[in-house]
Amino acid sequence: MKNRSKTVAFLGVCTALALILAYLEILLQPLFPTLPGIKMGLPNIVIVFLLYRRGIGAAVGVSFLRILLVTMLFGNAMAFFFSVAGAFLSLLLMIILRRMSFLSTVGVSVAGAVAHNIGQILTAMLVLETVELGYYLVILTVSGTVAGIVIGLAGAMLIKKIPQKIV
Amino acid sequence: MNERKKAFPARFRNDMILIGVLLFLSLCLALYLFFFRGKGDTVKVTVDGEVYGVYALSEDRTEEIRDGEDYNLLVIRNGRAYMESASCPDGICVSHHAIHRDGESIVCLPNRVVVTVSAEGDGAPDIIS
Repeated sequence: MKNRSKTVAFLGVCTALALILAYLEILLQPLFPTLPGIKMGLPNIVIVFLLYRRGIGAAVGVSFLRILLVTMLFGNAMAFFFSVAGAFLSLLLMIILRRMSFLSTVGVSVAGAVAHNIGQILTAMLVLETVELGYYLVILTVSGTVAGIVIGLAGAMLIKKIPQKIV
Repeated sequence: MNERKKAFPARFRNDMILIGVLLFLSLCLALYLFFFRGKGDTVKVTVDGEVYGVYALSEDRTEEIRDGEDYNLLVIRNGRAYMESASCPDGICVSHHAIHRDGESIVCLPNRVVVTVSAEGDGAPDIIS
């Protein structure tokens, strides 16, 4: 992308999309009452796409803005720290794995999803000063893997199908 | 282009290995937690990391855990503990299944309440930490 304002507009749209996907996820949650705490991570489709097509800066920026906006709209300070901890670990691992390029988008996304959950569990351990969260680790690793596969496939599809000249 | 085509199956295989390893590890952890942890007999409630109270699982009781505006209603019945109701917005703790095994816990993040089952004698050394 050549000019700056186009980049700003594009990343703005991406942030809005990530935000609305996060909202959609909140709306859909009552549909799965038996699976507490598990999320699909829909906004991560946008992040994975940006990481591959627009680089680290765009992915990190949009991810952080998305968390900030979601927290301001629906959450509280605590939710913010949990989200940031998860996103930080997740982005860090995805950036490294993308660089090493021995995994496809799906693998990177799976690693990111699991890292996100582990980041949140670690934060919970710190906040609650407890180490008895092993059960959550099992549930969240399995759900993170499944969600990561789905998100990774969706992301890979977008990376392949959306023409280079548009973004 | 040719190179990318060749590289794809290898990455795909690596993906599978990663997914396999993750699922295997969680299966191991799940089996360990399920089989190698016996029944517990007390529940410890902590709020904000501080011990709120310790209750026996053998005795049916209802305990209101109150911290300012926040509350969690803990019920112990038939040797199992569960959260009957709570003031937290997500209700994750309420939908959590009843716990009775050593080390099992119900966590209510918004209210910072942790309910953990432990086995006889809190002072007993736990070599697996």
